[in-house]
Amino acid sequence: MRLFTMSKIVTKNLLSGPATLMYPKKKRSFTPITRGRVEVDIDKCIFCGMCSRRCPTYAIKVTKNCKEWQIDRLKCCTCNLCVEICPVKCLSMENQYSPALTQAEKPEAIYTVRREAEASGTSDHQVK
Amino acid sequence: MSEPQEIVPIGKNDLVGMVAHLFAEGYRLVQIGCSTLQGGYELNYSFDKDYRFKNLRMTVAPDEEVPSISAIYPNAFLYENEIHDLFGLLVKDIAIDYGGSLYRTAIKTPFSIGNVKFSEPPKPKAESSPQQKEKPKDEAEIPEGQKE
Amino acid sequence: MARKNVIPFGPQHPVLPEPIHFDLVTEDEKVVNALPSISYVHRGLERLIEKRDFVDFVHVADRICGLCSFMHCLGYCQAIEEIMRIEVPERSLYLRSIWAELSRIHSHIFWFGAAADAFGFESLFMQSLRLREVVLDIFEKTTGARVILGVCKVGGVRRDIEAEALKEIVNRLNSLKVQLDELSAVFINDYSIKHRLVGVGYISREDAYTLGCVGPMARASGLAMDMRALGYAAYKYLEVEPMVESSGDCYARCLVRIRETFHSIDLIRQAVGKIPEGPVDLKVKGTPNGEYFSRVEQPRGEVIHYVKGNGSKFLQRFRVRVPTFSNIPAMIKVLKGSEVADVPNIILTLDPCISCTER
Repeated sequence: MRLFTMSKIVTKNLLSGPATLMYPKKKRSFTPITRGRVEVDIDKCIFCGMCSRRCPTYAIKVTKNCKEWQIDRLKCCTCNLCVEICPVKCLSMENQYSPALTQAEKPEAIYTVRREAEASGTSDHQVK
Repeated sequence: MSEPQEIVPIGKNDLVGMVAHLFAEGYRLVQIGCSTLQGGYELNYSFDKDYRFKNLRMTVAPDEEVPSISAIYPNAFLYENEIHDLFGLLVKDIAIDYGGSLYRTAIKTPFSIGNVKFSEPPKPKAESSPQQKEKPKDEAEIPEGQKE
Repeated sequence: MARKNVIPFGPQHPVLPEPIHFDLVTEDEKVVNALPSISYVHRGLERLIEKRDFVDFVHVADRICGLCSFMHCLGYCQAIEEIMRIEVPERSLYLRSIWAELSRIHSHIFWFGAAADAFGFESLFMQSLRLREVVLDIFEKTTGARVILGVCKVGGVRRDIEAEALKEIVNRLNSLKVQLDELSAVFINDYSIKHRLVGVGYISREDAYTLGCVGPMARASGLAMDMRALGYAAYKYLEVEPMVESSGDCYARCLVRIRETFHSIDLIRQAVGKIPEGPVDLKVKGTPNGEYFSRVEQPRGEVIHYVKGNGSKFLQRFRVRVPTFSNIPAMIKVLKGSEVADVPNIILTLDPCISCTER
């Protein structure tokens, strides 16, 4: 019967501290290609609707006449297909994932961006 | 990579005889699969020996009874119970019969003929007609999906 | 004449990673019969082919299970590629093998921790999950996600790994190997663990063959059955050696899995040495018309993906036969005649993955 077989691992753990992060005090470090959530640059968007057709979960809705781009964040599975297919590259995948919501806050999961008409300048008016 | 995969169509009465023959040769039962067709079900018994894959294929009508092979291969009872629960196909004399309580689903027999929607093959007329046939179906699918 | 009691085991139990239910009929302390009951996580994924076309279905196939996610995707893509007779580029074959072996390593390390936790060795559970973080960090650096990778597609893979990243993977795995050596030495040579595992849950070689055992359960009983010998992906260029033990009890199954982890680290090193340059994907035109059975070696055994298409964009039939489903009859036979206190150990050496079983 062997004794003290784990002693080397135990001393190493005692001296080097815990392996876990004190989240949320210390933020987690992401890699450059981590898939978190989809963001849109509404000034570049041409409202062709290709992202909406490609989305496998039908999370994106694009309306051309009122120039609106909408995503349901709870349906999005961060597959990155919309980012790859966009012809003008206005979609990007951010690293930080979208936060969790309770049942009462569920309507907030739908994120809508609308572009104002050119008469008042190309300012984007975000409706959340 | 394609390995040679044999598919042998058989009739219902030859099933037990051929399975006993394969057991004597040393094949092991890999799976029993079932697909829903327009007019019935297609059963597929897969066997394997030394990485050689052999399938026995059988078509049955919806109300026919299928003999069980669990007397020869004891592990077939689980597959036959699954087929009975999901497809509604009656299998006689399973060694251990759960009587429908293996899969407890909200609708009974979710894969049976009445519940499954079939996809239509494109008509082999011209090159443009498969595209035109797919698009109306695609349009019809998306509103249904977005409604969910 | 002893009285029979029925003890329900599961679906919620501290040792079970996923819900499965057994009704154990016991007499005094011996189990006489075991009746399984599944369908706690049945989602009916096989009928989603009616709603998603065959290119988008890759995302559904990825989500059949969390631990074996990449292998399901791989099996599905291979079946479609064989039906449509597409030859994927060689670099993508090697990349697929590298991700598949990483998948096997992280699944086996997770199993290692869960098995040690089943008999109260909690500190080993914590240490092995700390080691598993190394592999999950590699996944995140190369694909962007930790568990559901989403990196395989029909016609190749979606991302490339550069040469420096490949070298870094090999270095990290070498340092992981040193730590894993120490941990597994503690597990294998421990007196009390041997006392609990040796001679428990014995399956003979003939029983394992006729009852349809696959994967490490079969290899621990002396059957040299490994689907990587079929040569799919890049395995025809690598030297794969199935790890076989002959004692057929729980201890042998643990040994097989630990040895497979080290062998996987070696396979990745071989693949990184031989990987060629070139494109990683191919444009796919057309629709599948035909059927094929694709066989892949998952961490838990042999999985079969059956795909049938009739020329339209939506498939006609998709069926997955998972290794846990095939091992359940052997599990029931082993449980008969064992002690009640040994039941968690035996079920964990089966390594059940129930979300695959009842997709």
